[in-house]
Amino acid sequence: MLKLKNVDIFYGKIHAIKRVSLHVDEGKIVALIGANGAGKSTLLKTISGLHRPEQGAISFGDSDITRMAPEDIVRCGISQVPERAHVFKPMSVEDNLLLGAYHRSSRSAQTSIRHDIDRVYDTFPVLRERKKQLAGTLSGGEQQMLAIGRALMAKPKMLLLDEPSMGLAPIIAREILTMIAHLRQQLGLTVLLVEQNARSALRIADSGYVLETGRILVQGTADDLLANRDVQRAYLGRDAE
Amino acid sequence: MLTVFLQFLFSGLTVGSVYALVGMGFNIIYNATSIINLAQGEFVVIGGLLMWFFLESCKLPFLLAVALTILSAGLVALIMERLTIRPLKTNDLLIMIMVTVAVAIVMRGLLMFKFGKEPYSFAAFTEGDPLVIGGAVIQLQTLWVLGITGTCILALYAFFNLTIAGKAMRACSFDPTAASLVGIPVSRMIMFSFILSAMVGAIGGIAITPISLMEYDKGPMLAVKGFCAAMMGGLGRGRGAVVGGLTIGVLESMTAGYIHSGLKDAVALLILLSILFFRPAGLFGNAAMQRLKGH
Ligand SMILES: Nc1ncnc2c1ncn2[C@@H]1O[C@H](COP(=O)(O)OP(=O)(O)OP(=O)(O)O)[C@@H](O)[C@H]1O
Ligand SMILES: [Mg+2]
Repeated sequence: MLKLKNVDIFYGKIHAIKRVSLHVDEGKIVALIGANGAGKSTLLKTISGLHRPEQGAISFGDSDITRMAPEDIVRCGISQVPERAHVFKPMSVEDNLLLGAYHRSSRSAQTSIRHDIDRVYDTFPVLRERKKQLAGTLSGGEQQMLAIGRALMAKPKMLLLDEPSMGLAPIIAREILTMIAHLRQQLGLTVLLVEQNARSALRIADSGYVLETGRILVQGTADDLLANRDVQRAYLGRDAE
Repeated sequence: MLTVFLQFLFSGLTVGSVYALVGMGFNIIYNATSIINLAQGEFVVIGGLLMWFFLESCKLPFLLAVALTILSAGLVALIMERLTIRPLKTNDLLIMIMVTVAVAIVMRGLLMFKFGKEPYSFAAFTEGDPLVIGGAVIQLQTLWVLGITGTCILALYAFFNLTIAGKAMRACSFDPTAASLVGIPVSRMIMFSFILSAMVGAIGGIAITPISLMEYDKGPMLAVKGFCAAMMGGLGRGRGAVVGGLTIGVLESMTAGYIHSGLKDAVALLILLSILFFRPAGLFGNAAMQRLKGH
């Protein structure tokens, strides 16, 4: 469904992503694992059109999205939950969700948008309780849920998640990852999940890639990666089973 | 005694309305970009002078002249944004604000080139005898100014708070990255904000010119007063700019009337300084909200 072919990305002279190829099949959860500065966020930003790759091609379904504008990529069906949630802090929870549906907000879509907001509230009941509250005053976990809800409001086919569990208590982090697995089932979503915590990401993923300083180091099914000695040493801690 | 007071009050409210409109102009662009567009006053001047041009020089019908004036102001803003703001590719607000100052200087030069230094005016929108309230005389044009300002303010309030396009525009200043990621075309929104604020400024210029005349170099003073109005209310807050603008207008008019007309322009600056000193978030803004905006 999503395919990257030999993608190179630069920040000025810094070569952040080096000839990366990867693909995510429809309905799968693929984990992208790597340490700080490996280039995970850079890759997701480029898929969403916030950066232009120097070389290589990115396609989604039948469309070449390599040089599309971010708003057109959202229209194609890719939504991103960015690192640190990036909710619209001075706006209410409900306005954040409404803006998530920006690309499909015509007058005729109003009832379906209302309906989808209710579905997001059903998924994350805490957001319903706080719908009038300013998003910036939510807790970190709640902001993360809001960012996921906002991304879902676009009715995406594919979700890009950039470290959705960053900075959260382990129990909340697990809850969010479980929710992502559940959403995939329920909505038939395709997911590219960026995580530093390899173990919890691979627990819900079908397969994964390990990124190290801009290169794909290993790739394989979730089980293969969990069993891989290099991955164990570098990303699962020495006491890996 | 009371008559004189009322007279000062009404003339203060009239100029104050225009300050409020200029302040709203600042807010519109600030709401989309966090930029302070210091060419804001020039759009009021463009409104007054172009209206004169279309009405008196081209002899066009009134409504057509209004429409052309507003559209031209929007076009000038579009060109300004395309040529000077968009190509900057910087996130440095100070640089962008300096650029708007440069644009203002160029615009003033062009206006002087075309219109010269003399003041312009045209007839009030409607003929008729002025109203007399408590002995004070109110020109009908004053009512037009107040009515038009009120309408603009309400329309802008509705736009920014009730429509998805308005909310999307605000989202662009809060978090441009996230705005892009939900599919808001950020750079187009910024362009619209410049056009909209120029149009609001031009409307103010059209309305006020029959009362207070218009000349090419009125822009900077209007910008200072309007900025002061916007600051008083807390940048980005519509209601604040209105109360701020009217307050400054009235205080100015009272100062000029009861103390000395030479002190008039000092009032706004004094207010601005005390706000920056004591309440940087504005009289109505609150610091917590300011923190959420991240600036
Ligand atoms: N705007 C930028 N300008 C210059 N260099 C950048 C920029 N953004 C990221 N980089 C560099 O690109 C590399 C990859 O950064 P990126 O944010 O993609 O890493 P990451 O894998 O997401 O890390 P983390 O896990 O800490 O979020 C880093 O070396 C970083 O310093
Ligand atoms: Mg990152």
